[in-house]
Amino acid sequence: MRKLLYQSAIGIVVLLSSNNLWAQDEDLLKLLGEEKPKKERIKYAFKSSRVINGHSMEFLNPGTMDFRILHRFGQLNQGYKNFFGLDQASMRMGFDFGILQNLMAGVGRSTYKKEVDAYIKYAPIRQSTGPWSSPITFALVSGITMNGMPWTDPARKNFFTSRLSYYFQAIIGRKFSENFSLQVSPTMVHNNLVPLETNPNNIYAIGVGGRIKLSKRIAFTWDYSYVIIGMPDSGYYHPLSVGFDIETGGHVFQLHFSNSTGMNERAFITETTGQWGKAEVRFGFNLSRVFQIKKKK
Amino acid sequence: MKNFFVAAITVLVAMTGFGQKYFTKGAQINFDATSPSSPEKIEGINRTATCVVDTKTGNMQFAALMKGFGFERALMEEHFNENYVESDKYPKAEFKGEIKNSDKVDFTKDGTYTVKIKGKLTMHGESKDVETDAKLTMQNGKIKATAELSVLLSDYKISIPGLVADKVSKTAKITVSCLLEPFKS
Repeated sequence: MRKLLYQSAIGIVVLLSSNNLWAQDEDLLKLLGEEKPKKERIKYAFKSSRVINGHSMEFLNPGTMDFRILHRFGQLNQGYKNFFGLDQASMRMGFDFGILQNLMAGVGRSTYKKEVDAYIKYAPIRQSTGPWSSPITFALVSGITMNGMPWTDPARKNFFTSRLSYYFQAIIGRKFSENFSLQVSPTMVHNNLVPLETNPNNIYAIGVGGRIKLSKRIAFTWDYSYVIIGMPDSGYYHPLSVGFDIETGGHVFQLHFSNSTGMNERAFITETTGQWGKAEVRFGFNLSRVFQIKKKK
Repeated sequence: MKNFFVAAITVLVAMTGFGQKYFTKGAQINFDATSPSSPEKIEGINRTATCVVDTKTGNMQFAALMKGFGFERALMEEHFNENYVESDKYPKAEFKGEIKNSDKVDFTKDGTYTVKIKGKLTMHGESKDVETDAKLTMQNGKIKATAELSVLLSDYKISIPGLVADKVSKTAKITVSCLLEPFKS
């Protein structure tokens, strides 16, 4: 009995001291237990709130303002006499505001048709991980544009509402990986007034935009809209833009080639006159500068 | 004799139990990479870092989620996560080390001590040995600890592009402050 006790005592001593030896290398943080997975929003699917022309699934942060200067130059196929289009420029200046993490609004004015546009964008669902997460972001955009040109026929009775067009868009997007994001955006544009009786007032299109990140600060982007219903018979084409997003600290430069001149949804979906096949393509850039208006806590 | 063994075992068990562990889930870590020529303050604050200290062995450990760092400017936070620390790839920063002279500290009495801390800091997938002084204040059975640490960002393969090289400091000042409570399992 005594021997047994003695042996067990030694056994316990050895056990305890070896326990202490292991303790040197133990993971102390394990004591606090595994952290419960939290729902976490997937951020930064795109560098900017626009893919190129169209809205992206990304939102501005609350309390920030994005000052955007957009330029579209002339057609490349004009050759040297117009310096490959750079002698002409059409521009849009815009101010976008981040209100909530899933709500933003903006206004802008384009030289093309002296058009003023405004929109509001809201996402009921954001892509996230963790419990109750969603694999996609679902966002809705509603916008209005106002043509500022003089009436083409001042003799007839003109209504203010004839200047207005509306667009409604749903964006379904997913950041598949750090380097690849893709979104699909069914869009409807309604024109209150159309040039010809044969032109439909409602135009339906589906957009496909994406991003492939080439490095931490440079990404390849494309933005295509296929007009399904309401494309005027001739002279109009589906808008396709391809380009690069370059981030330089405070600015995001989006340099691209596009067959459209317009820089709001109504203009680029329904009034793209260039044809990629004929090099009726324009160089353009979007310059985005985000300002923090309200400081984060 | 039997009683002796019982006593010996009791003492041994008591001794292992004596090594008290302290912890917190709300340690504050400030990350400051402001350089003299920075146009604005480049500072992130994480208030949800976890820390455990074993006063018997002097071992200690810290962990902080990179996404837990909040910046005054949202764009700065985006750049911090996206371009610098790549928090999707390397979500956590960890420190594992020990208090070099923990035997000098009486954890049972109120008082203030300066201790040497040595260990490995892992961040952005890179581990480096670091050493610093920390101030420990025992107060009502809790440990108040503060420490400051300078790290060279290039040691952790965090690269600063040439364009902003003069606006971001090459060394980051990391300030830690926490209140550790006794851990009861």
